[in-house]
Amino acid sequence: MQWSSLEAFVAMGGYGPYVWGSYGVTLLVMAAEVVTLARRHHAIRRLIDLRASLTETEHEEQA
Amino acid sequence: MLDFFVRLVRRDLLLAWRRRADVLTTLAFYVVVVTLFPLGIGAEPQLLHAVAAGVLWVCALLASLLSLHRMFAADHADGTLEQLLLSPQPPTLLVLGKVAAHWLTTGAPLLPVAAVLGLQFDLEQSALGVLCLSLALGTPSLSLLGAVGAALTLGTRGGGLLLGLLVLPLCAPVLIFGAGAVSGWGNPGAEANLLLMGAYLLAAAAFCPWAAATGLRIAVE
Amino acid sequence: MNGAAGGRSALADHNNDGLSMSGQGKLLYRFASPQAFYPLAGALWPWFAAAAMVLGMAGLYIGFLVAPTDAQQGDAYRIIFIHVPAAWMSMFIYIIMAAWAGLGLVLNTRLSSMMASALAPTGAMFTFVALWTGALWGKPTWGAWWVWDARLTSELLLLFLYLGFMALHGAIDDPRRADKAAAVIALVGVVNVPIIYFSVQWWNTLHQGASVSMTAAPKMARIMLWGMLVMALSFWGYAIAATLVRVRSIILERERHSEWVARLRAA
Repeated sequence: MQWSSLEAFVAMGGYGPYVWGSYGVTLLVMAAEVVTLARRHHAIRRLIDLRASLTETEHEEQA
Repeated sequence: MLDFFVRLVRRDLLLAWRRRADVLTTLAFYVVVVTLFPLGIGAEPQLLHAVAAGVLWVCALLASLLSLHRMFAADHADGTLEQLLLSPQPPTLLVLGKVAAHWLTTGAPLLPVAAVLGLQFDLEQSALGVLCLSLALGTPSLSLLGAVGAALTLGTRGGGLLLGLLVLPLCAPVLIFGAGAVSGWGNPGAEANLLLMGAYLLAAAAFCPWAAATGLRIAVE
Repeated sequence: MNGAAGGRSALADHNNDGLSMSGQGKLLYRFASPQAFYPLAGALWPWFAAAAMVLGMAGLYIGFLVAPTDAQQGDAYRIIFIHVPAAWMSMFIYIIMAAWAGLGLVLNTRLSSMMASALAPTGAMFTFVALWTGALWGKPTWGAWWVWDARLTSELLLLFLYLGFMALHGAIDDPRRADKAAAVIALVGVVNVPIIYFSVQWWNTLHQGASVSMTAAPKMARIMLWGMLVMALSFWGYAIAATLVRVRSIILERERHSEWVARLRAA
């Protein structure tokens, strides 16, 4: 084990802000990408569903 | 084939001559932007001497970018481009003709102007010669790379800005070798910059016409 | 109207498939149509995402708990466990993106071009991460947030190339035209990347910045190398999963008028 205590781990030998700033931002942009991906997929699925339900009601009205 | 090329360049030069103001605008832009630098960074001769090569080269890059969007736009708008692409002549030749005309109307006129501006930046006589030589070798590469960007952005939204984003990063090697040749002149190995620029020009001349021709075909599809 | 559009795209698929139909090429070409690839990508991406998670945990474990503190750089060096893999990914993804785009340009296969546009944002993201972590590593190590080091500078130019690819694709309304135009700029870019890297390094040695170079880092311990490799594999998993999910969205967006997408909903 490298670290004597949690504080030592967080401090990173005095380089805490640099190390956690790197890892934090990396995690943040990855999470942001995941969220945009999920949103994009849901948006297009909803659009397709909406279109389909519209055409279905049209068919019903015609019948 | 050569006849086609010559006629194409002559036609474009004639068109440029009838719109001389455009060519002069590019030159005026170059002079104005270069002039702004001493105002921005201060007029100490030593400082100006140190940044001269970089400033003159970056501004040349911007000046040649300025007229790029016109390279194919008029011919695209009036349908001439489609006719030229349908002709039995290879489209790469068409691109080379356009590039030659662009260089003759924007790249070449920059050379004497750059020499004069170099004097204002306290460059020595020998460095002025190298500056002109490096611009003579480098600006054709810029026109070739620019042709690719101009062809690909034909008829797109926000063409001008996009063109800059596409072309400028690709121009980095030309800028590095060009400015390096001038500022490093006299140091051992500085001539290598000019050789590298020549090599880059040859590679660009081999690859860019193909890419630009593909871009033109996509645009008129 | 739906049926007609669907019929047309099915015909286009057929034409593409007809290009080469011999032996083992068959299986590959079966998945070359967006319609066939959509469910395959849907089945595959959770595995890559899971692999990315597990490997990421392992990489963090090695990077923070196993690898010792560096004698010269202290704990600041732990940034390389993401910096170096992100820089690798940014370059790999650009090359793969250009390969897919070129394939789409030459063979006129729609899926290849969709893969290229699906890769671009993830590649740009890794380029940004490489730049960001490079700056945060540079500050304590070199004393400056940004040095015009050859690698950082070429990485910045690479980010511009990614942005140019995406901007050009976004500026053209017709998706097939956008695919082809973006493919040309990707190919021009991929030819230029080594030249840019060489020229920037050349410029760097000329301007005596070479004294601060990442190659000057002390010889790396084996465990540090392992940490970087595991992290790189995790990033690979993440990139593949993100690309597959994005390509699924792109397929739906482009084929939303076709019949198979409408049937997708019923199922």
